[in-house]
Amino acid sequence: MNFELLIQLLVNGLIVGLLYGVIAMCFVLVYKSTQIVNFAQGEFLLVGAWVCWAFLVYMELPFFVGFLLTLAFMAAFGVLLQMIVLRPMIGEPIISVIMITIGLSIFFQALMKWIFGVDPQSYPQVFDTQSVQIMGLNVEVAYLMSTAIALFIMAAFYFFFKHSKHGLAMRATAFDQQVAQSLGISVKHVFAMSWGIAATVSATAGVVIGLVNGVSDSLSIMGIKVFPAVILGGLDSIVGAIVGGITIGILENLAEFFDSQYFHVGNMYDIAPFYVLLIILWFKPYGLFGTQDIERI
Amino acid sequence: MSQAATKIEPAKPLLSVNNIEVVYDEVIQVLRGVSLDVPEGEIVTLLGPNGAGKSTTLKAISGLLKTENGEVTRGDITFMGERIDSKNAEDVVRSGVFQVMEGRRIIEDMTSIENLKLGAYTRNDKQINQDIEMVFNYFPRLKERTGLAGYLSGGEQQMLAIGRALMARPKMICLDEPSMGLSPLLVKEVFEIIGKINKDQGITMLLVEQNANYAIRAADYGYIMESGKIVLDGTQEQLLNNEDVKEFYLGGGNEERKSFKNLKSYKRRKRWL
Repeated sequence: MNFELLIQLLVNGLIVGLLYGVIAMCFVLVYKSTQIVNFAQGEFLLVGAWVCWAFLVYMELPFFVGFLLTLAFMAAFGVLLQMIVLRPMIGEPIISVIMITIGLSIFFQALMKWIFGVDPQSYPQVFDTQSVQIMGLNVEVAYLMSTAIALFIMAAFYFFFKHSKHGLAMRATAFDQQVAQSLGISVKHVFAMSWGIAATVSATAGVVIGLVNGVSDSLSIMGIKVFPAVILGGLDSIVGAIVGGITIGILENLAEFFDSQYFHVGNMYDIAPFYVLLIILWFKPYGLFGTQDIERI
Repeated sequence: MSQAATKIEPAKPLLSVNNIEVVYDEVIQVLRGVSLDVPEGEIVTLLGPNGAGKSTTLKAISGLLKTENGEVTRGDITFMGERIDSKNAEDVVRSGVFQVMEGRRIIEDMTSIENLKLGAYTRNDKQINQDIEMVFNYFPRLKERTGLAGYLSGGEQQMLAIGRALMARPKMICLDEPSMGLSPLLVKEVFEIIGKINKDQGITMLLVEQNANYAIRAADYGYIMESGKIVLDGTQEQLLNNEDVKEFYLGGGNEERKSFKNLKSYKRRKRWL
């Protein structure tokens, strides 16, 4: 058994898992506050990564300036998307709204291809050294940054929802919209804010992944990949999203390890999470932390 | 003599509901011309049987009607001289009217303090922590309960709901059945605190109740609603001494009417209109 490879893969799994957790959190955030299953989640990453790439390559801005501009752009993007496309759909059947998010997903994938072409592009060199040795493990600097960013975002989410007025308002809206309104909370603003936050945070993940793997269509697949994470954690639990994300990240890499060492099936990396998804739905349809919909009749 | 003179002079109403009609889902008419005045600093109660439209009246005032697909189709509601009938719920809260909805409706997956902080959502000043202490002064038992609000008892949840309303520093609180589902002792306690808050803070209260006994005794003025209309109104004294109110709402009443022979007149009288 190749322990070095196993540990390397586990560390990779943890790092990628944290990013999955962040993306899953955005998904849960939108689902919780607006009851919309956002199939365009992956496109937030894609659009964010391309916009940042454009800032860096076309306008030749320094990385952090371009990155911050991207975040600002994506916040506006999320809010406008909600206001223009989704707000008129409030009160319509939920299935129609889901179809709209699928439409948005296709639209933005095509739009990005139209603007930036179909070839994958890589970011300009951001860090001087590609990778560092930590305790004998080869860790890419971009991964270190991604871990730091992921942990920062999670801490920020915690403080936002626990201590800030707007975070509390969003939780109140998720709990009961009528009560929220009776407290003076504008549900419209909360919806817009949740889409804005989801887009901004997803874009961060998109840029980070883009730094490592380059920007291409495959980023949008992330939006599908977080489904197992979200379902494992429970659709409406932020903590569950993080736990689910890390679990799926590690599982993927374990699958990769056992495949490359023993089974030699190939492609286990991509498929394993979805097997897990199936098994979870069998035994725990509400996920680990999800609210079980029990109604007293 | 001079005291009597000042009493006769009508106080300018803080809130005045003027002949409103409310329709749900564009077809179901619930209120058929309701008018009432709530003078500043007083407790006014709105009584009536189930389905009379009491809650609907409150929701029309607080703007929550729109969240239930209801609409004020006629008449107007003015608060401090400003029309609020077409305002959104959140704007009504900002203009100073706060509704404590029926069934308490606290946010169960938050702590009491988080619930209280949410009450102060519309405020931007720095005195929120001070006000949390003030709420704990009124309801000391809330301070001991640090867990999730969903685990509080019914009475504690009602206290939290009233405390949450105080946090908004409203000029007027609309209370929808604060006694619902509470034990008699708790009902007494809650009503005492309502009276105390009204006296201490000068917050005007509009109180919708089924528990007529307590409500009339707590209130300065009362209205009685039936099938979407106001059928009777009067001061606390007038209501307490009114034979019909005694019989229909307070229990007891006149001995003679207890006989079967008078049942017809009872039924006839119950309709009032």
